[in-house]
This record gives sequence, structure tokens and C-alpha cells, in this order.
Amino acid sequence: MSTIAAARPAALRPPGRRRVRPGRLLASGVGVLVALAWAFPVYWMVDSSFMSSVRLQDGRVHLLPVNASWDNYASVWASGSFLPALRMSLAVTFLTLLVTLVFAFLAALAISRFRFRGRRGFILAVLLIQMLPAEGLFIAQYRLVGSLHLLNTVLGVSILYIAAVVPFTVWMLRGFVAGVPIELEEAAMVDGLSRTQAFVRITFPLLAPGLVASGVYAFLQAWNEFTVALVVLQSDASKTLPIWLRSFVQASASRDTDWGQVMAASSLIAVPVIVFFLFVQGRMTSGLVSGAVKG
Amino acid sequence: MDHHEPSTTVLPTAGPATAGPVPAVRRRRPSRVPYALLAPSVAILLLALAYPLFWQVVTSMQQFGLAQQFGKPPTFVGLRNYVDLFTDPYLWTVVARSIAFCLVNAGVTVLVGVLVALLMKVVHTPVRIGVQVAMLLAWAMPVVASMTVWRWLFDYRHGVVNAALTALGLDFTGHSWLENPLSFFFVATVIVVWMSVPFVAFSAYAGLTQVPDEVLEAAALDGASGYKAFRWITLPMISPVLSIVLLLQIIWDLRVFAQIRLLQDAGGTPSETNLLGTYIYSLGVGSGDFGAASAVSIFVLVLTVALSWGYVRRLLRDEEDS
Repeated sequence: MSTIAAARPAALRPPGRRRVRPGRLLASGVGVLVALAWAFPVYWMVDSSFMSSVRLQDGRVHLLPVNASWDNYASVWASGSFLPALRMSLAVTFLTLLVTLVFAFLAALAISRFRFRGRRGFILAVLLIQMLPAEGLFIAQYRLVGSLHLLNTVLGVSILYIAAVVPFTVWMLRGFVAGVPIELEEAAMVDGLSRTQAFVRITFPLLAPGLVASGVYAFLQAWNEFTVALVVLQSDASKTLPIWLRSFVQASASRDTDWGQVMAASSLIAVPVIVFFLFVQGRMTSGLVSGAVKG
Repeated sequence: MDHHEPSTTVLPTAGPATAGPVPAVRRRRPSRVPYALLAPSVAILLLALAYPLFWQVVTSMQQFGLAQQFGKPPTFVGLRNYVDLFTDPYLWTVVARSIAFCLVNAGVTVLVGVLVALLMKVVHTPVRIGVQVAMLLAWAMPVVASMTVWRWLFDYRHGVVNAALTALGLDFTGHSWLENPLSFFFVATVIVVWMSVPFVAFSAYAGLTQVPDEVLEAAALDGASGYKAFRWITLPMISPVLSIVLLLQIIWDLRVFAQIRLLQDAGGTPSETNLLGTYIYSLGVGSGDFGAASAVSIFVLVLTVALSWGYVRRLLRDEEDS
């Protein structure tokens, strides 16, 4: 600080805050460029998905779709493999989501409401596991699922997803549970509720935002996951959407890639997630922050 | 929680006494409840993480190839897999490549992310919202969808990148970006940075909003230039956030798999472009050598834990302070 004070005391300016500053205009210009650069690939995906491969290959850049049509979507749909993959993804995601929330919620309760032997060890394990890369374990997990005869099944891949998502979810929910003062519950008990009733009527409703935030996290993880699914789900009938998209691209590439169709397939996966994400993100980031900050 | 009893008044431990002073409800007595609450989570972590980890350690010390997959019992070979690996110059090529890729990507991502966050702080509000929405779009994209789009952008015949560069007067007609390994990794870096910057930018922006305006105004009154105010006020205040974000990026970029694997689908020679993740995949799932694949996996795990140890310790300390 002293260096700053010594620097140039003469530079006192009248604090006129509403002047047009060329620096800020320039920054805003750069900001527009940054926004365009980051949005462009997403825009290009949707744009291309509405054009025929003839248009896409005519050597010109079409920033707006020419002769836009839903033909590519119709072809993707007609290939018949999208719906089974969608069903598979939904099943895996909801099983993961449900089980994770129940398991993680119980564990969060244990570590934030009780002091017991082994608590510290569990917390340390939860933190360390978050760091373990799937890429360092997938071979062994593939063998595990194989030996349980669960390769290519919803249950097989869900077990791995649940184990991968539970630690972070516990960590996140812990913050929320700790944020509800125990005195509230105790006050309700003084007023004649049992401990269970006090929990269900008082604490649980206050935890709803936390459950939503961690649910969104678990949902996105399971829905978008690629690495484990690639290893454990190898049959055609058991592909989740990310694996389905990859095979769709591969199949298309083997006959001179129809980029319009491929972009329609990508959009089918991405657009619902993007809409969902934009919708919940405010709630999720605030959930992440309070979950992480509260002790 | 104690019994199945639906009625509440008679539970002696938890329910309030029907008359007289209410005993203080404290959970000080040793109880089995927390263990019961932890049991489901612990069970699934043991099954799906601890057991595979154990299997992996054992297998990394076995001869476990294709023959063993068809029923031949594996033979214990001690540390031979490790010796074979560590004397194989290819492993060190992959390790060096992975570390270089990881450091470059993490560094560029954090740098660009902080610049974007600073930009969001100074631009006009509509522009800031535009930048935030664009960042969210990139953040929300499923990784496979992103990779597919980027593959299309860089397509050698009809991709928009080649078209744009050619329109600028450089002849990029039919240029294949993925053939040359260096250019392959350049493309991979562009994609990974594009995907990862939003997280860094939002974290850094959240950190920046914690810096009180009064302090910066006071510094300006004292004559501090924009750069000096950033260097001596803003940067120290956001450095805790930045160090965590940088560490997370390093860990994530070290284990980058999907992006490399999917780019290899698109072109690029796997042996020249393998990083640790894809190398393990090609050893294990590709050629069925589970012994060697396990040994490399253990190596990656040790590397990751070593890198993240400081971060975990810090989280644990915060936990205990609370």
C-alpha cells in the first residue's frame, strides 16, 4: 500500500462516474468478441443442423441456415437408435440421481449432526475420492462389473456413477445440513414433536435448495458421462446418449460424414441440457457456493 | 428414528417428557445412528471404488493378459510390470506429453479465465450478460457434443476454420489439422480451453466481486494506476480462489480422456497422440493387457493424489475450523 500512496499523489481526479470512458468502450468491444467466440460453436451446431449436406459442402460460409428444414432431425429419428439410447440415458440418470440423493443425504446427516469415531476418516476419504480420476480406475471397474455379470446393464453403469457422484454430493449437502441450526429442531421438540417429526417438518423443508442443487449436479454428471459408459456399455442395445452420438458420428464418417445429420444428432443431445442448465444455473451456483462455504 | 413407532409421546429418549422439566436433548452418548446413516454410502464406495482399487493393485503385480481373460489363472510377477513400464521409453514419452499438455492447458485456461473475469468486471452491463450467457452455453455442452462440433469446425474439407483462413488470404484448402501431432494437440488445447474457461471465469469473477470498491477507489485517489491496483490489491485478494482453480485444472487436464479419444476418432495417429488416459485404455480395453494397464493406472492415481494432497488438507482444515 505504501508504494501506491507514494506513487503519484497528483493524479487526483474529480470523481465523475458517468463520463464516457474510451477504455470501457474498448473493453466492451473486446467483450462482444469474447462472447461471440464462445457462443459460436454452439450456434454453428444448431445452424448446420438445419441445412442439407449439399448446402454445407458448397464451399461458402452460411451464417444463417439456407433452405432451413427439419430433414436432418427426421433422418436421425428414422435411424431408430435414438429412442433406445434416450431411454437408457433416462434410466441410468434417474437411478443414479435417486440413489445418490438418498445415500448422500443420510451420510451428510451423519457427519454434520453427529460426532463419532471414524468421522474424520470418512471426511478425508470423501475428499480424496473426489480427486481420483475415472481414467485411473476404469479398467478395474470394467472387470468388477463384468464379474457381477452387469456389463451392458443400467444397474452396472449406475453403480459406478453413484460411487463417483456420492462423495461430492455428501460434501455439498453437509454444508446445507450444517446451515440449519439444531436449535430449530430442538425448539420444535420442546413444543411436543418427536425428533423424527421435528426433522421432517422443520429441517427437511429448509434443505430443499440443497437437495435441488446436488440433484442437478448428479443429473448432469450421469447424463453427460462418457468415459465409464464407453468401457462398460459396449453392446448396441445398451448405449447411453453420449455413446450413441459417438457411434452415430463413426457410422456417418464411414460413408463420407453427413455433417447436417451429425449436427442434428449433437443438437438433440445438447440443446435440452443447455436449456436445463441455463434454467437452473442461478440456483445451482448459489447452492454450490453456500454448500461449500458454510461449515 | 429410534423405533418404528408412529406415535410419538411414549418414546423415552427423544420425545419430550409429558410433564416436568424437559431434559436437554444432546447427542453426546455414543450411538449407532451415525454408522447406520453412513452405511449405504460406505457400502457403495467399498464396492465400486475400494474393491476395484484393491484389484488393480493386485493385478498390477500379475501377468494378466488375454489368456487370463479366458480363464487361465494369473501368475504373480512382483514388480515386473512396473519395471517393464518404467524401462519402456514409450511410457516416458506419454508421461512427458501428458504433463506438458496438462501444464499448458491449465496455464492458458486460468490466464484466459482471469482475463475474461476482469473483462466482465469492466464492461457495460448488457455486454457482461452476453459474455455470461456465452460462457454458460459452452459450459453446458455435453463433452461428446462439443467434440463433434469442433470436429466439424476443423473438418479438412468443409470446415469453417479452413474456409475462414482461406478467405483471409491464407491457403488452408483441404488442410488436415489432426494429421501432425503438434497440430493435433493445438486443436485439442483450443477445445479444452474453450470448455474449461467458463468455470475459471465464473469462479474468478465471484472472487473479484468480493473485492470492495471502496478500497479500489481509495487506491485510485492515491494515484494508483489500474495495473498497480490490480497487482497489489485485487490479485492478492483473489489468489486463494485462483490457486484452487489452478490446481483443479491441473488435475482435470492431467486425466483428460474423452477429448483426446474422440479427436483420435476423427484422425490423428493414436500412438503419436496418446496421453495417459488413452494409453491406459489402449493397453487394457484395446490389447487386453490388464497387468500393464493396472500398473499405469496406479501410477496416475499416485500422481493425482500427490498433486491434490495440499488442496485436500486445506479443505479438511476448513472443515475442522467450522
